[in-house]
Amino acid sequence: MTRYLRYLVPLAIFIVLAAFLYRGLSLDPKRVPSPLVGKPMPEFSLPRLKDPAATLSDTDIKGKVALLNIWATWCVSCRAEHEVLVMLARTGKVDIYGLNYKDERAKAQQWLAQLGDPYVANAFDADGRTGIDWGVYGAPETFVIDRQGIIRHKHIGPLTVDSLNNEILPLIAELQSTP
Amino acid sequence: MTPELGNFALILGLCMSLVLATLPLIGSINNTPGWVALAKPVAWGQFFFIAISFAVLVSAFLSNDFSVLYVARNGNTQLPLIYKVSAVWGAHEGSLLLWALILSGWTVAVALFSRALPPEIVARVLAVMGMVSIGFLSFMLFTSNPFDRTFPVPLEGGDLNPLLQDFGLAVHPPMLYMGYVGLSVAFSFAIAALIGGKLDAAWARWSRPWTMIAWVFLTIGITLGSWWAYYELGWGGWWFWDPVENASFMPWLAATALVHSLAVTEKRGAFKRWTVLLALLAFSLSLLGTFLVRSGVLTSVHSFAADPARGLFILVFLVIVIGGSLTLYAWRAPNVSSGGGFDLLSRETLLLGNNLLLVVITAFILLGTLAPLIYDAMGWGKISVGFPWFTTMFVIFTPFLVIIMGLGPLARWKKQDPGDLARQLRIALLLSVAAGVLMALPVFHEGNVWAGLAVLLSVWLLSSVLLSLRLRWRYRKGLAGILRDLGSRGSGSYYGMVTAHLGVAFFIIGVTFVTQFDVEQDIRMSPGQTVELGGYSFRFDGVKVVQGPNYRADRGTIHLSRDGADVAVLHPEKRTYLVQTKPMTEAGIDPGFMRDIYVSLGESLGGGDWSLRLYYKPFVRWIWLGGILIALGGLLAASDKRYRMATVRSTAPARAASKRLATEGGSR
Repeated sequence: MTRYLRYLVPLAIFIVLAAFLYRGLSLDPKRVPSPLVGKPMPEFSLPRLKDPAATLSDTDIKGKVALLNIWATWCVSCRAEHEVLVMLARTGKVDIYGLNYKDERAKAQQWLAQLGDPYVANAFDADGRTGIDWGVYGAPETFVIDRQGIIRHKHIGPLTVDSLNNEILPLIAELQSTP
Repeated sequence: MTPELGNFALILGLCMSLVLATLPLIGSINNTPGWVALAKPVAWGQFFFIAISFAVLVSAFLSNDFSVLYVARNGNTQLPLIYKVSAVWGAHEGSLLLWALILSGWTVAVALFSRALPPEIVARVLAVMGMVSIGFLSFMLFTSNPFDRTFPVPLEGGDLNPLLQDFGLAVHPPMLYMGYVGLSVAFSFAIAALIGGKLDAAWARWSRPWTMIAWVFLTIGITLGSWWAYYELGWGGWWFWDPVENASFMPWLAATALVHSLAVTEKRGAFKRWTVLLALLAFSLSLLGTFLVRSGVLTSVHSFAADPARGLFILVFLVIVIGGSLTLYAWRAPNVSSGGGFDLLSRETLLLGNNLLLVVITAFILLGTLAPLIYDAMGWGKISVGFPWFTTMFVIFTPFLVIIMGLGPLARWKKQDPGDLARQLRIALLLSVAAGVLMALPVFHEGNVWAGLAVLLSVWLLSSVLLSLRLRWRYRKGLAGILRDLGSRGSGSYYGMVTAHLGVAFFIIGVTFVTQFDVEQDIRMSPGQTVELGGYSFRFDGVKVVQGPNYRADRGTIHLSRDGADVAVLHPEKRTYLVQTKPMTEAGIDPGFMRDIYVSLGESLGGGDWSLRLYYKPFVRWIWLGGILIALGGLLAASDKRYRMATVRSTAPARAASKRLATEGGSR
């Protein structure tokens, strides 16, 4: 019997794999129901990327509708996303803040010098502690924050022109029209 | 009207594949020669109708027929001619049609070049290919029809994704699909052999050239993809471990193992069960790749539009094809006799060792690719597996792979005396270690351990290949003997192996040197300014706006010189395509055997100043040179006279034996 069993191993592995793939179909890798959506943003206070002496904290962001974008130079998708952010910043529709996540300061500064700087300001989160508070799974991620400092939406993965037009910009317009 | 013709032809193609998948197979089992004889003409019929369907879609693109939804989304009147054609496979539906066309093409090729094979075997092989074809054609017709109409008819099309408007990407998918689909031939041969219930050397000899050619296409496809990523994406990377890239790399690794394992089965009759499993695995992995790319279960830079209905369809198809074939394997494999025995140290064990390593690497890549999905499904949260994980894994396993690659060709079949092998390879070992240490220590360069390891491994491969050539030289009694021997049986395989292994040596050097020694600089430059990097001077001569056929570009000019002598003028561009308004970078590259100079244009900083990224990339071409050599090696091996002899002579006893086998299998 055992002689036959070993030839069933490949089939067994495949069945497990197929079960995962089936489960995967009903999951959207891009959307995570963040427990933070609808809650005030976590408090933080971090050195700024360009000027380590100054700090950026949650209170700086409060008071207007803003985006917080989690990014890093080691993240390939962030580079794909960057051009979109630069384009968005040029429209002046919304302030974009950055959280430079588990990165090296020099590299990150070089990145902004090379590719353009869409951010109002960047917080430098070297050890990723603040990222953990924000429930960051991986860069890039983008949070939409309203005037009261409440997180309204979380976008996982790179922002695209489509996702801006269909999700983010309508939401921003709606939030900006409510006092 | 014409698009409906394409649709209708597709339906007829499906009818043909339904016939192909059933009647010849049944005929081969209950000995009905009339049904068996159906296989070849029906295979031709299937190809004919799918080709018509494909031609209709091409002509819809050429004539800008935007009443066809697929053309309206991906075509455009301004698109240059070559991209109008390549737009056919630029998105999901059309690429499936290309896939189906290639599959039916391979089916016809098998029908054409298998005269020497017993008709029952051919019928079974073609029937299995017909089953695969049913899956793809019905997938297309039920969920992703490229001929769907749209109303009202748009005046202009949505244009082909600018990333794909490039020669490299126009030819990359067809090459890759030739490889993926070509593996279905090896798969079908394996299934046919399992149905017959007996695997033998003849089976291995038939499937070997097919597998080899599919593997060559896959190699070329992957190499092209990597080269494209390098010059088109604008940051000089050549491999990203993206799920889609992994989806092509995993079948390649499995097929590499298969190609080697088939050699053992053909020559020594050993590893039969393992070889057949690899044949199933290689094609299963290319199907799995299709699922991953098109179902949206993973995030990827270049995934197709995701649709759960499509995902479910492919998954069901996967379960039928892979699950079915593995069930057949579990049922039949225990009764397959094990072949010739071999000692603990022999060419067989070395090949088996490398086979296992290749499969382990494949498994790790699969795990890394699916990890985000598995985490999510288990409720452990979301993760992304990046570069470091894959690279570490690769750096750990490759050295072992290469060490065995050096030993294998020199070892004897069946039994190798360890002392003998050690004596033969003494010099190779000495040379490679010396070269590696020299490279690792700061002798004529700043020392670098990784470069040292790469040089060690490459010299090891090179010297083992040279040693093997020297043995051949001695055995054939000099140059005259070698030349006389060139056209003989087995020499294609041998020189193919030599070429491909040299390709690996080049590849290792290329990968390691470009990662360890590349120099890059991000810099703000004003017109007229000069910068030094890697021994070259870069003079920035400003940016001009130029108009392309369907884009507008900022085009920079860089004068490259070395020691006062002009080397090249580079024109990096930043293009904005008119329809999809996506900004695209076109790098300015001065290619060279020993180094590339690579410049990409960043942002305008005002006042004529621009940010630029300058790279000095040593030995980067060796990566693709390695790929080309590996493909060339495969081509040489596939052209071995042995396979042609097998078809021409088709020895009477062998034919009788296979016939007996086929009927035995049927009556069992």
